[in-house]
Amino acid sequence: MTVKSVIEAVREAIAEEMERDAKVFVIGEDVGIRGGVFLATQGLAERFGSDRIIDAPLAEASIMGIALGAAFRGMRPIPEVQFSDFVWPSINQLIGEAARTCYGTNGAVQVPMVIRMPYGGGIRGGLFHSQNVETHFFHTPGLKVVAPSTPYDAKGLLKSAIRDNNPVVFLEHKKTYRLVRGEVPDEEYTLPIGKADVKRIGSNITLVSYGLTLHYCLEAAEVMAAEGVDIEVVDLRTLTPLDTETILDSVKKTGKLAIVHEDNITGGVGAEIAALVAERAFEYLDGPIARICGPDVPTMPFAQTLEDAYMPTGDKIADGLRKLVAY
Amino acid sequence: MPRKRTTGTQASGARSQSPLPKGLKKTDLVDYYTRMVQARSLDERIWALNRQGKVPIAASSQGHEAAQLGSLLAAEKDGDCFLFPYYRDLALKVAAGLTPVQTMMSFMGKAGDPYSSGRQFPLQGADLPNKIIQISNVVAAGLTQSVGYALGARMAGEKTVVFTYFGDGATSQGEVHEAMNFAAIHKLPVIFICENNRYAISTPQHSQMVVEEISSRAASYGFPGFTVDGMDMIQCYEATREAITHARSQGPVLLEMMVERFMSHTTDDDDRRYRPEGEVERAREKDPVITLARTLIEEGILTQKQVDAIAAKALKETDDATDLAEASSPPHESELHNSVYGP
Repeated sequence: MTVKSVIEAVREAIAEEMERDAKVFVIGEDVGIRGGVFLATQGLAERFGSDRIIDAPLAEASIMGIALGAAFRGMRPIPEVQFSDFVWPSINQLIGEAARTCYGTNGAVQVPMVIRMPYGGGIRGGLFHSQNVETHFFHTPGLKVVAPSTPYDAKGLLKSAIRDNNPVVFLEHKKTYRLVRGEVPDEEYTLPIGKADVKRIGSNITLVSYGLTLHYCLEAAEVMAAEGVDIEVVDLRTLTPLDTETILDSVKKTGKLAIVHEDNITGGVGAEIAALVAERAFEYLDGPIARICGPDVPTMPFAQTLEDAYMPTGDKIADGLRKLVAY
Repeated sequence: MPRKRTTGTQASGARSQSPLPKGLKKTDLVDYYTRMVQARSLDERIWALNRQGKVPIAASSQGHEAAQLGSLLAAEKDGDCFLFPYYRDLALKVAAGLTPVQTMMSFMGKAGDPYSSGRQFPLQGADLPNKIIQISNVVAAGLTQSVGYALGARMAGEKTVVFTYFGDGATSQGEVHEAMNFAAIHKLPVIFICENNRYAISTPQHSQMVVEEISSRAASYGFPGFTVDGMDMIQCYEATREAITHARSQGPVLLEMMVERFMSHTTDDDDRRYRPEGEVERAREKDPVITLARTLIEEGILTQKQVDAIAAKALKETDDATDLAEASSPPHESELHNSVYGP
């Protein structure tokens, strides 16, 4: 085991899979000599050549469409969307075309493609460098959606995503890139897509999250532990396919559920989980389902005061949990 | 490579000159004429079946056949080409190897539809045995994909030339620029084939662009562009054959094939609302099915009797295909959830 950052884990996963399979390549803006604006591909152009770490023109629709076409030919492209906020020009190729390819050809054409994108806020990125885009992909059958929170999960899941035969949207919270460090095995490993991970075992309330806010949930759980409340923290890790079993098992044990995400509250991942639990574990609940999520404003604003007001934090989560305890 | 305008008065297809262009045999012309007649026969029947309520939607390729089959003939002669057609390429897809009954099953949404097993609009999805992918009918969405396919083929060490087809309407989409620019940067073997019928549904070319020739846009990407008579199959063959050579050695080519749309945009459209009176009738004087037959007879390759026999055989095939497809099964409702994801 070696302690690494999320960005180092991502870089290692890409490099190892490129080493393992000549069909894997990266295409994106500034991914080559610059190594990516977050340095996810630092050193890879020198190692694998500019034919496999392709600096694309600044045009997201073609990055996505070209990667998709290469996937039709059996390659395993990893298009990088420099910031998730920039995915919109390419959205037809991703949601319109890639997600429907397998179904629309009745399985004749597969899309082994991983769309990596740094997402999320809390970094003073304002409206166009902070967006949470996951709900749009979560809503789209045909896509898999992965959103890890730790270096260990990021590496193991990215390697699995690259080996998957479906389009996988791989969401890397940009604030976790260097902030979150953790142990990563030195030997080869992968993690299964579609399996949540219980990051903290508890008995009183189930707290479900993913990405950056998962860490805020763990902070809140420690605060609550000091107040005598035992919180179970479930890290979804994968949004699609959703690990319903782990969520339901935990709720059946604790009887209370709170969901935390940075993305807008309305119609978000939390709403779907709330519906799932209401449908399939209703009789186990002894309180309302709480959602501690981003408010319904377009994205977290630039000003520090407004960004802070937007972001779910450990304190806000703890407040929400206290209300649930008091119910 | 020919750079010919179509604005002259000479009826295209009335070729009296010999010999045949390089690589072309008389049997090729008979073969492709036969395929063209079959495609036309199916196309006409499909339109009639729509009026009978048996085909929900159809886009006709009538008037585009010479462009589609001329380019396909060059692709087949080459032997290593992959096609990304668009929604008006019925004749191309039939001539590339789809059987009449498969075609009819696709239009009727039957389980035997090879493109998508009845999930998509007719002839949309993939026909991999015939080297065709067309995921959607979102205009111009296939262009960047075709460029990516060419990139992937090159990475795999192949020499495949990719043809990507689109109409004049598609050229207004920004992704056309992105696709051509990337293909040019990487000198990818892609032939961009614009079937210009001068209408984006109802919007005429002068409301879509200022330039007269779409092929002139190739200059801004640093690769050659040519305008050819898309009503002349032999001319389209020649232009495509030369484009293949160029694509493999130097990179992309844009071929603008001037065609005529004989029918409304789709079975749901009525072009009398927007096309000048007499325009379609005048266009039909250049009908490639008629002009190619005339050429074959004038050149002594076929007799009128043989031409008639080809038409009769095509009609019989269409009749049989219609009956077989009508009797075939639709996809079972249990298949609704299949293939959302791959294995």
